[in-house]
Amino acid sequence: MYDPTVARLTYRALLGRRRALILGALPLLLIAISVVVRGLAGADDQTASDLLGGLALATMVPIIGVIAGTGAIGPEIDDGSVVYLLSKPLKRPTIIFTKLIVAIAVTMVFSALPTLIAGFILNGNGQQIAVAYTIAALVSSIAYAAVFLLLGTVSRHAVVFGLVYALVWEALFGSLVPGARTLSVQQWSLAVADKVAGGDLISSDVGLTTATVLLVAVTVLATWYAGQKLRALTLAGEE
Amino acid sequence: MTTLSLDHVSRWFGNVVAVNDITMTVGPGVTGLLGPNGAGKSTLINMMGGFLAPSTGTVTLDGQQVWRNEDIYRHIGIVPEREAMYDFLTGREFVVANAELHGLGAKAAQKALATVEMEYAQDRKIETYSKGMRQRVKMASALVHDPSLLLLDEPFNGMDPRQRMQLMDLLRRMGDEGRTVLFSSHILEEVEQLAWHIEVVVAGRHAASGDFRKIRRLMTDRPHRYLVRSSDDRALAAALIADPSTSGIEVDLAEGALRIQAVDFGRFTSLLPRVARDHGIRLLTVSPSDESLESVFSYLVAA
Repeated sequence: MYDPTVARLTYRALLGRRRALILGALPLLLIAISVVVRGLAGADDQTASDLLGGLALATMVPIIGVIAGTGAIGPEIDDGSVVYLLSKPLKRPTIIFTKLIVAIAVTMVFSALPTLIAGFILNGNGQQIAVAYTIAALVSSIAYAAVFLLLGTVSRHAVVFGLVYALVWEALFGSLVPGARTLSVQQWSLAVADKVAGGDLISSDVGLTTATVLLVAVTVLATWYAGQKLRALTLAGEE
Repeated sequence: MTTLSLDHVSRWFGNVVAVNDITMTVGPGVTGLLGPNGAGKSTLINMMGGFLAPSTGTVTLDGQQVWRNEDIYRHIGIVPEREAMYDFLTGREFVVANAELHGLGAKAAQKALATVEMEYAQDRKIETYSKGMRQRVKMASALVHDPSLLLLDEPFNGMDPRQRMQLMDLLRRMGDEGRTVLFSSHILEEVEQLAWHIEVVVAGRHAASGDFRKIRRLMTDRPHRYLVRSSDDRALAAALIADPSTSGIEVDLAEGALRIQAVDFGRFTSLLPRVARDHGIRLLTVSPSDESLESVFSYLVAA
């Protein structure tokens, strides 16, 4: 199911110069803001929770997820170099699964790790807030990577769609329309964070069971469907 | 012995028919797929390589379906036309990766790099390669698993004459070894120099198939038209029409030139300068007026 060569090609493409800069910029921004907030406001649990929930989990994780998920396959399909993977006796689901693992790992490293660091800077993990949001970031990394990898497989405009989902649906729509929150990776991961942190600083509109089922279902379905799409991927000629 | 068979294959994109009911068999040796740009060659090669489903008909390799059959790639090597190829890797890393994806190791990769004579630049990043070097590394990546069928889409595009000759030698060798090699081209001379057998595609249709010499003869035996200007057009016309290689000459007063129709291409091209010299006539312009590939092809289709 997992091919180390596909993995190597994928992470080297993902962590190529330009993309690595974008991937690195957001976490640095989060950490810089945390340092400033801690310096100005001191350690405050509510502030820490607001910043980690609003900036890290609602904005940074999905954006990193878009970059890593779509970037793990989209550019290869766009420029045609995916032909070197497809012209091999490799099961298509193996290619997708491997790319998913890489996309998840990259999303986790560039979003969950900075979330943890930022959490410790903000309030020293008081009330388990840093750990709770880090776990939420880890969980949502998996789902985002799967969804955006599928998007990268089926659409040439994956990044745009991905950002629209991440910013408009998750961040804006979700905060205005209560129903939209049920279908939000962010809310699902918050349910998990809520469980970890206890207390009432973190809350989710979705129950833990529902959240877990939806997280697993979305991840599995997206990955399966991406494998099917890759099997039937058509490389149009240049004529 | 590997045989690629297309059976009544068509492919359309929306309302546009790119490939129209083509049936052909490609066997061992070098086969040239010849046709003008936009004739459907790439569509055809994509279907042969399993990257595009035929709208109707079947493509099989020794009886096995090509579309949606990953295992078929154990026998196929593909050299795509597109340039993109993991430019951030070195040539060696790229070929090794391709070998690994076939379950092979660095040794197979090294052998393939040696075959295409790219060892000297194997540790440079692909992004620094010239077009010809890229083409050779692509070739190495297609050869790592020693495939019995090699598909190449416009492999000579953008290569300089020396690189072209090297690649031709290599493909010839592959054909001599009994592999089935198919390459596409829109340039007659390339196909003539390399292919034992040619398949001509024009506007999505299979226009001709067979031994290149036969088809080339059809091409060279067609009436050629020339526009000639000289220091004495009428004297030249009189001298040329006496020879059977010329079937008609018109004195185009408006152009101040002769329009000559030659029926024997070889004989006419050696006759013209000789006649001019013998009669003390200076040739000012000699230009073929219907040498465009399209006119050659349309002649072929009609033949």
